Amino acid sequence: MRTNVNGEWREADIWPGASLLTLLRDAFGLTGSKNACEQGECGSCSVWLDGELVCACLVLAAQAHDRQVRTVESVADGQRMSAVQDAFVEAGAVQCGFCTPGFVVAVTHLLAQDPNPNEVQVREALSGNICRCTGYAKILDAVTLAASRLREDR
Amino acid sequence: MRSEMDVYVPRTLDEALQQKSAHPDAISLAGGTDVMVEINFGRLRPAGIIDLTRIPELREWRREDSHLFLGAGVTYSRIVRELADFVPLVQASRSVGSPQIRNRGTVGGNLGTASPAGDALPVLAAYDAEVVLQNRRGTRSLPWHTFLQGPKKTAMAPDELIRGTRWQVVNGPGSFSKIGTRNAMVIAVAGLCLQVDQDARQVRVALGSVGPTILRAPEAERFIAERLTWDDPGAPVTDEVVAEFAELVGRAAKPIDDVRGTARYRVHGCTVLAGRALRWALEERKAFKWL
Ligand SMILES: Cc1cc2nc3c(=O)[nH]c(=O)nc-3n(C[C@H](O)[C@H](O)[C@H](O)COP(=O)(O)OP(=O)(O)OC[C@H]3O[C@@H](n4cnc5c(N)ncnc54)[C@H](O)[C@@H]3O)c2cc1C
Ligand code: FES
Ligand code: FES
Repeated sequence: MRTNVNGEWREADIWPGASLLTLLRDAFGLTGSKNACEQGECGSCSVWLDGELVCACLVLAAQAHDRQVRTVESVADGQRMSAVQDAFVEAGAVQCGFCTPGFVVAVTHLLAQDPNPNEVQVREALSGNICRCTGYAKILDAVTLAASRLREDR
Repeated sequence: MRSEMDVYVPRTLDEALQQKSAHPDAISLAGGTDVMVEINFGRLRPAGIIDLTRIPELREWRREDSHLFLGAGVTYSRIVRELADFVPLVQASRSVGSPQIRNRGTVGGNLGTASPAGDALPVLAAYDAEVVLQNRRGTRSLPWHTFLQGPKKTAMAPDELIRGTRWQVVNGPGSFSKIGTRNAMVIAVAGLCLQVDQDARQVRVALGSVGPTILRAPEAERFIAERLTWDDPGAPVTDEVVAEFAELVGRAAKPIDDVRGTARYRVHGCTVLAGRALRWALEERKAFKWL
């Protein structure tokens, strides 16, 4: 099967029952997307499939054949972190960091759709992402910070 | 624990129907939000998988005279964006999982899984929807209650696909609500859809998560149909009538005790949801002079 990952067509031969998450991590070595629950509950495997936010653990790899996948690895510009990533670091929204890639993808997606979301909209947009460490307040701070920086940049 | 498994990726409905008939033991896969969990945990090892996400026919919805046809592969996110007129369906769709789940999960998958907690199902029951099944030889339509046979049991044959679901567009207010432990990502402890049908002079109520399958509340429906002044949406309805209606809805529930709640709590939940849903509908009927 072949899939366009972060702009590059890649091929792999994997077990037909494998998920897109397994394809990304085990076949393509893209370990940014995390495997935490494998049941769609935690969002740490969030990626874009044809531009839509999905849990990679719930997509059969074959369903991504001939499609465009974007992972957290594409968010930074080379060695330069994105505004969302910077904001997570500065707001102290990262503790163990396991949930962070999923949040970064979900927040990047949210702010691309709506540069100025209110708190209810942020909570709703992040309702599929779970963090065991931070208690969410700092994550919400990071979203506010990233949103204001991105608006300044426009 | 890996096993042989063939994956089919049909591009047209015809192709998919051919494959389903040649490989009836292969399972259909739509958004994967139920199926992939089972595969990831090794609880499901089908001989084959037929991916239905590339079939345009399954992803469309359309008006057919006075009916709406909703293709099995329409996702909850699309329902929220595209079918705003169907308020209870939108409310149920918005309550499913999280954005990631709603971007993949489909009503066809909800029907296929046939869980009593499937949130789209009480809405289809209150719409009196039919389920359209198709195999290589043709299509057949079953009323929702014939299709849903019990917990995780449906009337679908191994060579069939769910084409979609179809219902008469209803004129009147309606809502979907559910009780759970938090606002997102919950399996409902009780779910309820109430739909007023001005033309048929009916109030239809369907319950989820409180029985082996989706239940209607026929006694409550009969009671309230007789109490409403159908020609005058402004006519008052007493609190006693609302309370008795809610009580009768509660009596229609056939819940069990489980980890998510006791049977008594669930009956109580249905009563509360029913009273609220009826009041909302009556208010809306008054405000919009639904006739
Ligand atoms: C984290 C999480 C939260 C969830 N929250 C909710 C919730 O709040 N409410 C709720 O109701 N559900 C919820 N679910 C369950 C699930 O998302 C829904 O049941 C959804 O509707 C399934 O749709 P799908 O397209 O993903 O189905 P799939 O997993 O692809 O398929 C489900 C079943 O339907 C069959 N099927 C699918 N399409 C067809 C077709 N066209 N023809 C024949 N058979 C077909 C499959 O063979 C399978 O048996 C949740 C799931 C997860 C992982
Ligand atoms: S690993 Fe995919 S949602 Fe948790
Ligand atoms: S920082 Fe540890 S799970 Fe979120």
